[in-house]
Amino acid sequence: MRPIQLLSARHRAGRWHWTDIAAYAYLALGVVLMFAPVVWLVLSSFKTQASLLEFPPKLLPLSQQEVRVQGFPQPLPLFAATLDNGERRELAQVRRIGLIAQMVDPADPKQQYRVPTARLVAVRHLSFATSNYTEPLQKFAFTRYLWNSVFVTVIATLITLLINSMAAYALSIYEFRGKTIAMLIVIGTLMIPITIILVPVYLVVTKLGLVNSLWAVILPGAATPTGVFLLRQYMLTLPRDLIEAARMDKASEWQIYWRIVMPLAAPALAVLAIFSVMWRWNEFLWPLAVLTRTESFTLQIGLNAFQGELQTQWNYLLAMTVVSLIPVALVFVFLQRFIATGIANTGMK
Amino acid sequence: MAGLTLKSVRKAFGTVAVIHGIDLAIADGEFIVFVGPSGCGKSTLLRIIAGLEDVSSGEIAIDALDVTRLPASDRGLAMVFQSYALYPHMTVYQNMAFALENMGLARAEIDARVRRAATMLRLTDYLARKPKALSGGQRQRVAIGRAIVRDPKIFLFDEPLSNLDAELRVATRKELAALHAEIGGTMIYVTHDQVEAMTMADRIVVLRGGRIEQVGTPLELYNRPDNLFVAGFIGSPRMNLLPAQVVSPGLARIGEAGQPVKVATGSLAAGASATVGVRPEHIALAEGPADLALSIDLVEQLGGETYFYASAPGLPQITVRQNGQVPRERGEALCVRFEPAHLHLFDAEGHAVRPGG
Repeated sequence: MRPIQLLSARHRAGRWHWTDIAAYAYLALGVVLMFAPVVWLVLSSFKTQASLLEFPPKLLPLSQQEVRVQGFPQPLPLFAATLDNGERRELAQVRRIGLIAQMVDPADPKQQYRVPTARLVAVRHLSFATSNYTEPLQKFAFTRYLWNSVFVTVIATLITLLINSMAAYALSIYEFRGKTIAMLIVIGTLMIPITIILVPVYLVVTKLGLVNSLWAVILPGAATPTGVFLLRQYMLTLPRDLIEAARMDKASEWQIYWRIVMPLAAPALAVLAIFSVMWRWNEFLWPLAVLTRTESFTLQIGLNAFQGELQTQWNYLLAMTVVSLIPVALVFVFLQRFIATGIANTGMK
Repeated sequence: MAGLTLKSVRKAFGTVAVIHGIDLAIADGEFIVFVGPSGCGKSTLLRIIAGLEDVSSGEIAIDALDVTRLPASDRGLAMVFQSYALYPHMTVYQNMAFALENMGLARAEIDARVRRAATMLRLTDYLARKPKALSGGQRQRVAIGRAIVRDPKIFLFDEPLSNLDAELRVATRKELAALHAEIGGTMIYVTHDQVEAMTMADRIVVLRGGRIEQVGTPLELYNRPDNLFVAGFIGSPRMNLLPAQVVSPGLARIGEAGQPVKVATGSLAAGASATVGVRPEHIALAEGPADLALSIDLVEQLGGETYFYASAPGLPQITVRQNGQVPRERGEALCVRFEPAHLHLFDAEGHAVRPGG
């Protein structure tokens, strides 16, 4: 379906019913609710620190035009001024004393005016402060953070998929004594929040000498009870006959796991992969605890560094937030179909 | 190719016993059919042989080698599942090659075996397809092919035809029989359809409630059923089973009122209640003196044969089969004679009474 058809689809072709209008209004509201913050974030990420702090805030990244005027070393801000005689002129501001501004005509620097600030309107133009993106990426080792985040996310997701699927296989297909107990223990750990085990796990990581290593972020969270449970439930739905057919076909447990169960559990694995990417990419508390050196920071910790005690560099913070959103957004754009069907199939919401 | 011996095999799920001591010997190259109503334990017995279920007690031997504790993968058997159980993510070729890869055969050998089986089963054109792109009959053949390539000691079939439509079932039945004739392996086949059992089996094992009721060739079971259950189960339409009473040695009265008929009564005493069994085709229409007078409830004219469903007071409905087209109407009286040589007598416990037995 072409976008134009999609956007003008109606209950009955060619006719507008009030339910159509209501539906579109509701959907439009949804779009605004979902997208307005993101759009605002993206637009704001192109503003300078000054225009971010401006009140009232502007939606678009407008910045005041500046002109170079002969005889003044600095570029001067440009205003539209209404003079005493009612004439409107574009003047550059030299300095401002109380409510009176001293202005100069850029075309004729000798001509100076004194204009009350109330009669000045800043001349603005659309300008994207791309330095918000380039500076942190160059100066603040943000590429390093980005790489650390990608490394943690990819490796941790792969390890998570491998370990969780093996555990799920054991708990769903492999027969052994105490299977139910093992399952209950795994499920039981779901009830323990990370804040409770933060300190003990930190102590373990310290003893292992992993502090400030990315492995300290990757390893403790590699086996997630949620993932084990999700995969186990899916594997239980695989036809028993297939597993038994493989047993009859002289397949070892490892071969059944790797060649039969893993390919068939692909939808559930995709869902877990997506969740794992999102968890790992957005993870904050644990990396903050174990990563203290700048070169091992992940993106989220790096972002935190912009938020100082006295001053927050909003322009960098917003720009890098956009950068950190891009991979997750891409994952969603390309795997959206997988997510929807996978979640529907695995019953995970 | 191998023989199989079961020695007092028992199986219980928890406290529920489903197999109550099965003794059975299957010779090399035999086509054996396990048949019985649903829940009789025939599939469980097959899974026990396959190694997919443990026995609670008893012994299983393949070629005189005890395999009771051996896992399924080490027994060297192949099984065709009711659901076919084709690996959905593999092509037909990969499905058939999977077991051979697990056996560690060389690529060339695997390829040769798969292609030979594919030719035999007319699957050559479909080797690159995934199972979901195949029809039911083709999937069935792939499942059989997967078993054939392994050259197993024994083939196990678990109701393999039950998912096919009637026409395809008949066709595949013939193919399976032809296949057995061609490769000559020992085959154990589970079905609840006695027609499948009759047409394919060298020997039939009739099971009920986890016990063997009778083992024999199809015609043995048909002609000399050991008990009421086998008599009623084998044959379609089923044997008429009529309540009777022994009048004197060699004579029994059917129902309350009928004439005594000649039947071997064995050791049954006069006055003992019994059941007379007579197959629909062994009832003749009587011109003169009749054994029983019936009234016709329903007539089925099939052209080549005619079925009457008739009743008499105090007796269950009786099916009568006549060759050719017999012009009788519903409601008419039907006088019948039983052929004494084909009458079966069962005692009150349901066991067959044999002459001199």
